[in-house]
Amino acid sequence: MPLVYAGVCSHAPGITGRKDRADPEARDALYCAFDQMREDIVASGAEALVVIAAEHFANFFMNNMPSFAVGMADFYDGPIEDAGWLGIETFRAPGNRDLSRRLITEVMQTVDVAYAEEWKFDHGIAVPLHFLTPEFDLPVIPVNVNCQGPPLAPLPRAWAFGEALRRAADSVPEKVALVGTGGISHWPATPDSGKINEPWDRDFLDRWCANDKDRLLDYDDLTVYADAGQGGFEIRTFIAISAAANGAKGTVHFYTPIPIFAVGCTIASYKL
Amino acid sequence: MSLYYVQKFLFELNRDPRVQEAYRSDRTASLADYELTTEEVEALTQPDIGLLYHLGVNGQILMHFAAFHQIEWQDYLQRMRDGIATYGPVREGVYATTGYEGTEAHAASLGQSEGER
Ligand SMILES: [Fe+2]
Repeated sequence: MPLVYAGVCSHAPGITGRKDRADPEARDALYCAFDQMREDIVASGAEALVVIAAEHFANFFMNNMPSFAVGMADFYDGPIEDAGWLGIETFRAPGNRDLSRRLITEVMQTVDVAYAEEWKFDHGIAVPLHFLTPEFDLPVIPVNVNCQGPPLAPLPRAWAFGEALRRAADSVPEKVALVGTGGISHWPATPDSGKINEPWDRDFLDRWCANDKDRLLDYDDLTVYADAGQGGFEIRTFIAISAAANGAKGTVHFYTPIPIFAVGCTIASYKL
Repeated sequence: MSLYYVQKFLFELNRDPRVQEAYRSDRTASLADYELTTEEVEALTQPDIGLLYHLGVNGQILMHFAAFHQIEWQDYLQRMRDGIATYGPVREGVYATTGYEGTEAHAASLGQSEGER
């Protein structure tokens, strides 16, 4: 079936783990936007949720680092972080090994991906799932783009990966929803944690909503690092979603910097 | 200098309860299989969060090590800032790429004041 949903959201351990320290108004508005995103995904009739994440050394490390990886298991455990620290109880999310296999096979026609039959979710996936499928009753297929350990895949490769995922999602009989999760600008877990470059974020989101490929790919890692921090490398996940949206235009449903969450909290989607 | 092995140890500690048990019972012995300098062993056993940050450990790995040691979030951030003040700029790894100059100068270069954070 043609892809039924394409959107993006933030992830950060603080969103759940430090929720009591945030400005309650901003936090509740973010939670509300996550709730709406969940309702939109449910309304789309999605039978599987593919999450394009940028995990943080929970499964993939510099001993064997894939640029792109896709999960191929019937279940995934999480969170890998301490449950109390993250504010998310231990869970087992359902997967769909057979669907994963078919998606991976199609993606491989144009993009080389690693696959993983074992994957422990960190906050990069656990936080979005906590809001988007709180009962863990929707099969999840995790996807990872290396945004942590350079050298990182160039942005045009992230675009090509998004195109391949779209082609794969359209090729299976199941209804697939696609969610990307990442920064935009942020300096997570560093002395600069809490710094957010709002003008940079808003400019990026303009490009994202316009789905302007040339402008979305017009970044280099050194400038991104200087202007948007290491967390800015995670724009790869947003860019993959843009490619998967196949020319559709997007809407930002929520954007608010919440420093204790260490990120400009974002919820946006494309009108497919 | 062997930043790779420092991070490898922390990666395995974060993932594996057996490594956590070994580290709890004898910190130095638990590091025996990793190619580490004396300075790195000291940073990992004390633990010296500021020194580990200065050495170039990625915050996405380091924050879990801090949490493992029950170091509160703001305290964790302060220890990294103190590490930079004590030992100097980050030596290696992703944070060393642009010759990073510290939080205040960084905020100024982005047209922000420290208070905005
Ligand atoms: Fe992240």
